[in-house]
Amino acid sequence: MVTKIDGGKKQVFDEHKLSEIHKKHKNWKEKTLPEWISKHPERKNSFHTSSNIHIKRLYTPENVKNIDYTRDLGFPGEPPFTRGLHATMYRGRLWTMRQFSGYGTAQQTNKRFKYLLKEGETGLSIAFDYPTILGLDSDHPLSLGEVGKCGVAVSSLKDMEVLFNGIPLDKVTTSMTINGPATMLLAMYVAIGDMQGVPREQLGGTTQNDNLKEFHAQKLCIFPPEPSVKLVTDITEYCTKHLPKWNPISISGYHIREAGSNAVQELAFTLADGITYVESALERGLKVDQFAPRLSFFFAAHNNFLEEIAKFRAARRLWAKIMKERFKAKKPRSQWMRMHIQTSGCTLTATQPINNVIRVAFQSLASVLGGTQSLHTNSFDEALALPSEEAVRVALRTQQIIAHETGVTDTVDPLAGSYCLEALTNEMEERAMEYINKIDSMGGVIAGIEKGFFQKEIADSAYKYQKEIENKERNIVGVNEYAVEKDWIPIKLLRIEQQAEKEQVDSLQELKKKRNNKKAKQVLDKLQKAAEHDENLMPVIIEAVKAYATIGEICDVLRNVYGQYKEQIII
Amino acid sequence: MSTKRKIRIVVAKPGLDSHDRGAKVIARAFRDAGMEVIYTGLWQTPEQIVETALQEDVDVVALSILSGAHMTLFPKITKLLKQKGLNDILVLGGGVIPDEDIPALKKIGIAEIFGPDTSTGTIIKFIKKHTQKTK
Repeated sequence: MVTKIDGGKKQVFDEHKLSEIHKKHKNWKEKTLPEWISKHPERKNSFHTSSNIHIKRLYTPENVKNIDYTRDLGFPGEPPFTRGLHATMYRGRLWTMRQFSGYGTAQQTNKRFKYLLKEGETGLSIAFDYPTILGLDSDHPLSLGEVGKCGVAVSSLKDMEVLFNGIPLDKVTTSMTINGPATMLLAMYVAIGDMQGVPREQLGGTTQNDNLKEFHAQKLCIFPPEPSVKLVTDITEYCTKHLPKWNPISISGYHIREAGSNAVQELAFTLADGITYVESALERGLKVDQFAPRLSFFFAAHNNFLEEIAKFRAARRLWAKIMKERFKAKKPRSQWMRMHIQTSGCTLTATQPINNVIRVAFQSLASVLGGTQSLHTNSFDEALALPSEEAVRVALRTQQIIAHETGVTDTVDPLAGSYCLEALTNEMEERAMEYINKIDSMGGVIAGIEKGFFQKEIADSAYKYQKEIENKERNIVGVNEYAVEKDWIPIKLLRIEQQAEKEQVDSLQELKKKRNNKKAKQVLDKLQKAAEHDENLMPVIIEAVKAYATIGEICDVLRNVYGQYKEQIII
Repeated sequence: MSTKRKIRIVVAKPGLDSHDRGAKVIARAFRDAGMEVIYTGLWQTPEQIVETALQEDVDVVALSILSGAHMTLFPKITKLLKQKGLNDILVLGGGVIPDEDIPALKKIGIAEIFGPDTSTGTIIKFIKKHTQKTK
């Protein structure tokens, strides 16, 4: 590639060379191509990505002629961060290998955490069960049958003490997939840190704390949209002032994608949510350069290898532009987008499950080539159950093989300059920006939620995807092609025994008897007043969890003040 | 029941599970196949689901669950349906349900379990076949 970075010309290729390429390309299209195609027709009339981006037969310098290298690609570690967040990327430190995990009781999950750390995992990531996520105690009638099923049950600080038994918080960072009750779980983490004698400024980790995407996609909402955003901002403000190493939000596209969106929608809706959180923090009186460096993001890695890599690169570039141009962020770090990626759960098949190892490997490779900071690889048995220990190990080994055997980590952003990839990166960015403009013109994200815009967009894409599979326009190996009569799976699936629920409920009820109930009641009353006066609730929630008030009790107080989320049903 | 009546079906999400992609896709597919579809939305208790089935006079109850709570919630639903005398309703289950649970679920009155990767066409065919008998 002839680069002309300096010298007045902004283009990567000079005009003379481009016109020569154009002539030769024209010649090729008129002679070589038809000759070949007449004898060897192509497999399909046209080729498209998941976002319906048309994929050309051939990409040439002409498709990327408008790229201005210094403006659009630049250098790693500098805005717009297209080529990566850090100057040396994986030549220095590898990404964090962080496996989302949690099931049964805190004791069982503590054991799984220790197993993963022993096997080379470098960060923790907690999956909570449905009752916890929805702000219900394990002994609530609606929790029956759900305790410890989809994650670990945490109702009070006591469960968190068991969960982190023997895990020093100054030696590990922890990501918590928690949204509605994020203030409470962060408060518990702070309390554990206090017990272990770890200074608060040393606590490192992430609360997902992205309530907006819950309304679009995951629907695990407790409160209506406005108080939900208020709670998000409470954490942002608290962390900015007291927990400098904590990422207050992980602005998530993952759930949007899993609910059925395509790659462009995932990118656009996530960034639109990000814009809303920035606006909310600015309204609170925070300065953009104070909090923006610690915003973090979370994306899915789906099947279309090139489209996914383009999406990650475009995401960084677009966010840098938004922070710089829209929010006038000055510090380079306020413009950077740190991301966690998880391979796509909805691409896993229940039939021929061992094939999922291959899918996960390609998706993780796309994540690494896309420059992620942190990665979760799904286990091959996850379309059937929560992952078994054996399957989790294969998932972790997949990351380790990419890190240590493939060589893709030895240079920064190795696919940059690929005509196809750069053209796709441009297209992802342009299409996402069109969506963001559309969302702005409908009055922003909250207005869009009220109109049902996001849910409708996602449901339409999900249905289209399913139709494509059933019409065989989209092949899924082992499902609508290459099916087999007899399936095999080389491991025993994990089963969550009902016993876990009983143990958890018993221990919670014992806690509710034994704790200082007068004190718990006092703090809950104090919380009610703070919520009514619209104060930042983090300090009082820390007090409440330390008095062993439960998540259900704290959420009940807040439900009284804020009201409850009502699902808007859109098919 | 008139032979011209469209198949009426309630698609329900029992329990706390919020994975509604499958339920919504299947609800649309049923509708496109000419059925009358009632989608309950999330977080339905067994009592609410059975009440909807009764009020809407449905032929089929399709339950979607991915949380692992099926062994607690499905038996409650089939028991309540029987108590209300709704013995003719075809009850189907879908979602992440291990093979080893299927025999027990069939025993309590779930006609079929459809796991991940099942095409909507397969389910529609099954419904048409098994509702015709009752008409």
